[in-house]
Amino acid sequence: MMKFRFRRQGTDPQREKIKQELFAFNKTVEHGFPHQPSALAFDPKLQLMAIGTKSGAIKVYGAPGVEFTGLHKDTTAVTQIHFLPGQGRLLSLLDDNTIHLWELVAGAPREVGGVKKEGVVSLQEVGNYSLPGRPGIESCSATRVTVLLLLRSCDLLCIGTEGGGVYFLQLPRLSLKDNHTLLQDQVTQSLPDDYRCGKSLGPVESLQEHPQQSGKILIGYSRGLVVLWDLSTRHADQLFLGKQQLESLVWERTGNLFVSSHNDGGYSVWPVTSGNTCSHQPVTSTIPYGPFPCKAISKILWRTTQTGSPVLLYSGGMPRASYGDRHCLTIQQDKDHVTLDFTSRVIDFFTVHSTEPEKEFDDPSALVVLLEEELVVIDLQTPGWPSLPTPYLAPLHSSAITCSCHISSVPPKLWERLVNAGKAQQGRQHTHRSWPICGGKNLAPPPKQQELLLTGHEDGTVRFWDASGVALTPLYKLSTANVFHTDCDPSEDPQDPSDDPDMQQEEEWPPFRKVGCFDPYSDDPRLGIQKISLCKYSNKLVVAGTAGQVIVLGLSDERSDHLVDVSVVDLLQDREGFTWKGHDRLEPRLKPAPFPPGFQPLVLVQCLPPASVTAVALHAEWNLIAFGTSHGFGLFDYHRRNAVLARCTLHPNDSLAMEGPLSRVKSLKKSLRQSFRRIRKSRVSGKKRTITTPTSKVQEANAALAEQEEVAPVQRRIEPRSADDSLSGVVRCLCFADTFLRDGTHHGPTLWAGTNSGSVYAYALEVPGVGTGRVCERGGASESSVCVEAVLGKEIQLMHRAPVVSICVLDGRGKPLPDPYEASQDLAITPDMTNAHSVLIASEEQLKVFSLPKVSAKTKFKLTAHEGCRVRKVALVVFSSTAQEDYSEHTLVCLTNLGDMHLFNIPGLRPQVRFRVCFYLISPSEYERFSLSAKVITEPLFSVQLDRPLEPTPAR
Amino acid sequence: MNKNQRVPSNRSLSAVEVKSKFGAEFRRFSLDRSKPGRFDEFYGLLQHVHRIPNVELLVGYADVHGDLLPINNDDNYHKAISTASPLLRLFLQRKEEADYTAFGTDSLTRKKNTVLSAVLLRPDTNRKKPPVIISLPKDFRPVSSIIDVDILPETHRRVRLYKHGQEKPLGFYIRDGSSVRVTPQGLEKVPGIFISRMVPGGLAESTGLLAVNDEVLEVNGIEVAGKSLDQVTDMMIANSHNLIITVKPANQRNNIVRSGGGGGGGAASGSSGRSSDSGASYYGVGAAASMPSHIIQNFPVGELESDEDDEDLVIEAGGEAEPITRAPSNYSMPSLPRYEPHLNLRTASTSASAYSINANGTLPASGSSGSLSYANATSTTPSPDRAMEKRSLEEDGTVITL
Repeated sequence: MMKFRFRRQGTDPQREKIKQELFAFNKTVEHGFPHQPSALAFDPKLQLMAIGTKSGAIKVYGAPGVEFTGLHKDTTAVTQIHFLPGQGRLLSLLDDNTIHLWELVAGAPREVGGVKKEGVVSLQEVGNYSLPGRPGIESCSATRVTVLLLLRSCDLLCIGTEGGGVYFLQLPRLSLKDNHTLLQDQVTQSLPDDYRCGKSLGPVESLQEHPQQSGKILIGYSRGLVVLWDLSTRHADQLFLGKQQLESLVWERTGNLFVSSHNDGGYSVWPVTSGNTCSHQPVTSTIPYGPFPCKAISKILWRTTQTGSPVLLYSGGMPRASYGDRHCLTIQQDKDHVTLDFTSRVIDFFTVHSTEPEKEFDDPSALVVLLEEELVVIDLQTPGWPSLPTPYLAPLHSSAITCSCHISSVPPKLWERLVNAGKAQQGRQHTHRSWPICGGKNLAPPPKQQELLLTGHEDGTVRFWDASGVALTPLYKLSTANVFHTDCDPSEDPQDPSDDPDMQQEEEWPPFRKVGCFDPYSDDPRLGIQKISLCKYSNKLVVAGTAGQVIVLGLSDERSDHLVDVSVVDLLQDREGFTWKGHDRLEPRLKPAPFPPGFQPLVLVQCLPPASVTAVALHAEWNLIAFGTSHGFGLFDYHRRNAVLARCTLHPNDSLAMEGPLSRVKSLKKSLRQSFRRIRKSRVSGKKRTITTPTSKVQEANAALAEQEEVAPVQRRIEPRSADDSLSGVVRCLCFADTFLRDGTHHGPTLWAGTNSGSVYAYALEVPGVGTGRVCERGGASESSVCVEAVLGKEIQLMHRAPVVSICVLDGRGKPLPDPYEASQDLAITPDMTNAHSVLIASEEQLKVFSLPKVSAKTKFKLTAHEGCRVRKVALVVFSSTAQEDYSEHTLVCLTNLGDMHLFNIPGLRPQVRFRVCFYLISPSEYERFSLSAKVITEPLFSVQLDRPLEPTPAR
Repeated sequence: MNKNQRVPSNRSLSAVEVKSKFGAEFRRFSLDRSKPGRFDEFYGLLQHVHRIPNVELLVGYADVHGDLLPINNDDNYHKAISTASPLLRLFLQRKEEADYTAFGTDSLTRKKNTVLSAVLLRPDTNRKKPPVIISLPKDFRPVSSIIDVDILPETHRRVRLYKHGQEKPLGFYIRDGSSVRVTPQGLEKVPGIFISRMVPGGLAESTGLLAVNDEVLEVNGIEVAGKSLDQVTDMMIANSHNLIITVKPANQRNNIVRSGGGGGGGAASGSSGRSSDSGASYYGVGAAASMPSHIIQNFPVGELESDEDDEDLVIEAGGEAEPITRAPSNYSMPSLPRYEPHLNLRTASTSASAYSINANGTLPASGSSGSLSYANATSTTPSPDRAMEKRSLEEDGTVITL
């Protein structure tokens, strides 16, 4: 159209080439536990496990580091998955009644970072099938698939349906064997008359192949009838006339008996003896949690062991009245009986056991339970059946994640100490038997550097994860709750759950045992962690929470009992007329508390009013922390234990910010007022309308139309941001920098703070012993000032008033200043202090670079004005070139509210690349990992040994 | 002005610090903010502190935006005192050597020769003044203009709204909708963004250049096609200080009709900007004619990208507020084209108050300028049909405000 802005820069081919060598977008892996899992399967030959989700994804896991994903075209829930053992193929049944066949395919070799890499094995759909509805039958529910059975020979798939029919599908071609279909009437014919009684047998509930004689399958109908069907003769070998509604069936290994589980919470053992065509009664029938009514046993497994009694595992069956709401799985062997009590629903479970036909016993080694929110693995070989720590699928969200923080190139020393602290924590809870699911071979080289992911949770814990590789594994868990006096029993230390509750429960029936770590319920939401900052060189950690608490922690290898120093900082200072209507502050513990090895609290700084902390910054070299809330920000010297500065950022007219978190009171009041006004107005205008509107029908119709139009569309008001916004005082970011603030010749420590309304405050700090400029100039005079001082240097008000997302000082070469200790310990190039510095201020709408010390705009990029998207998060990242070993560039990476990634060079702020990737939070329990570098990519690399060649089957 | 409150200074001093400059000399003194007194007294005080008792002075001050504005009556004197934050910087000039290009002449002269009378009523009497002062752009801030008339299709209109320094809300809402486009394949329905509502008394409404159901095509030169409602909202808000929207008016009868030929010169520019309006208007025809629409052609591109909209405010530790990019003394508007009246307009209801009076404006209290006082009157005492419309808009309760 008519553009009046011709800003397009000529594309320099040289630059384009460099860009290609620097930047490339790759989504690599997802960390965490899949959202809403719905199906589970295991391939005993390849030792691979598959998990299907409600969004139509299939994730396959083997040995740690071996994982791949397949995604159905439709986002329909995966209800069942079945492996074709050893073939690297699997079948999935979706909620829309379609069956899909997947294959492991080796991708074409590709070039990554200039190095030829083997093709990555991926999961591809090769065919699908959906059972046709029978013509003439009114509803299609009769052909709705209930169960699938894949014969051991892998060439035939038996499909049980709601209508009671069993269909047979040839594999891998997925073609229906029409003449083999077994309809219910055929079975009913052979039934004794008294059992038949005119009723339908119900849907097929279970299909199980005879473990010894291939070609014989057990068909279980909902009403209770079980038929041993011979596929070759197409004749029922034996009928088992169960009376109780059937839930599931399982064979014993020898094929001499099978077990059925029922709707009433009981299970029955049936003998299989040739010659006897009709059994009326099972050998035994038990309701384990009777005699009161129990819930159904949805799935049962019967595993024989060399040592004697078989192991019986079943889910459900709890007494309905007292424990009907529990999610339980029972393991029973002889006298040993454990009821695993989970915090989320059991989706499915399987055992890892020997499947070779020559072995006499199952000898299960592990039980794998897929729950709605986590994966639990129980070691069945160690007495007491302890749980095994999972190397992947960690439930990141075991308590709601409230913040996170990623730290790269962690020094080996810190890493080692963290690992040791974590080991000491885990010691008692878990066995260290090897992980039972070990398919595939991880070929990824060991990570070049250690990466740490810190997640803050609602329950006041900070979890440390090893993020160096493909799998995210827990390292260490820090709890901050013991700094405070909380409502829960003081003897109950959240960090080491004592075995006492278990001992007590030994007496009680059923013998519950809490398993798993998913615990969404927080004792006190004020404990929630809002911001984390870690100095990896000095091992200092700052953790700030929902009730205005800021805790400085240090790493220690020894257990310690000490009292934590408390300091209170009033951020409102002399502001009057404000009352805080939000939550109270947390009461600090008055007695010394025991702190296990790891990060131990040193100082607690309590902000007042106790609003949630919105920003923290740590400078370990200067022993300073800065913290901000919705009311202001403060500076604290944790070495000398004194508050240096408290500054209120509230707008003078703004009384609303004081009413508490998001000020619910106000909005309710406001909305009530508005609704009353609306009612009144509609009444008034309604009356008026009856008087004034002409009676013409056309006009009435027009009026009605106009009204419709007014109501229907979503409108957006166009109004510039005003200073009176109730959240304008929220401190969004804080940063420390050694730079030139007051004049161009003396540099020194500075503190920068940015708010929600586009204000930036810069303070010049006097830190004793730091700063070559001013302190030296004054000579001996500085000795007397032993305290840190802060003097306001500049206040910048961005005219567009958008929230300040990030502030960063750039050195004379336009490179970001290094972290504390990096320069002094020769870990980074010393910053250029001879040329003029500049400050990069990123707001939600614009990126701007200002010169220092005279703050004047140098470059800017108006992202929102150009693209209509807003900045969510920015980071300064170093990108290395794939072509030249020593070439790297500092780049500003910007994530927008549309889910795009924009890359800008600094300090020029010229757009480099844009990746339209659409990151949206689709799963509350996972992290998506992506790489923007053409050189450094963390992605799975592995091989899987299959029975067939790893090539895509030719298209049929 | 609420602008003043935004200045991040939590000082609530009762005294106003005054720094007065006359020639090369400075004087500093303070005034009580609550009791500023009258202009005459203040004028005398100035003469006294500068020890120039008999010199006729022209008093100017730097307002919060860094504009140099005159002080010549009680109203703008009180305004200056109340907005000082906390320093009030005065610039005194001898009346005889006064540099009138910095700002407008004082009100006494204006009373005699009002803007419009100079142009319309008594064209002969003031011929001797070399440049005919049509309006004093320094006393008035533009609030809206139609731009790029020559390069746009006749069906489109590019409107510039100057929010900067305005108390009025921008005051409009946008919505999703669909419009019909002519494509090679025939008519096609495409999604578009439309103006859904005007806030009564808002800037958008007062210009008369935008209307409900106008389709928004561009925001500050960037096409909105393919962008979501939220994106367009964010773009408009990001540009709200200097918003340029290209619309396809729903009512195409008010379009500017280009009278052929692209001849240069003042006459051509006058005729090419002819606005013919046959639509209903809220104002009387005669009254509307008195305030012509300001149609500016060939709006300089550089102006659109000027930094005018984001002069970030930097406050040094001393607390002295100064806009970064522009010092108040050199604030002039050379880049702005001259606003020329279009005398041949028949009606121009669309711009009944295209120029609103600056809060600091030196509008004579007597109101001898008919058109200006009329504009005031319309805003204070709305005509009955306008009141009706106002009510019907208020009923709409489903508005989602950002």
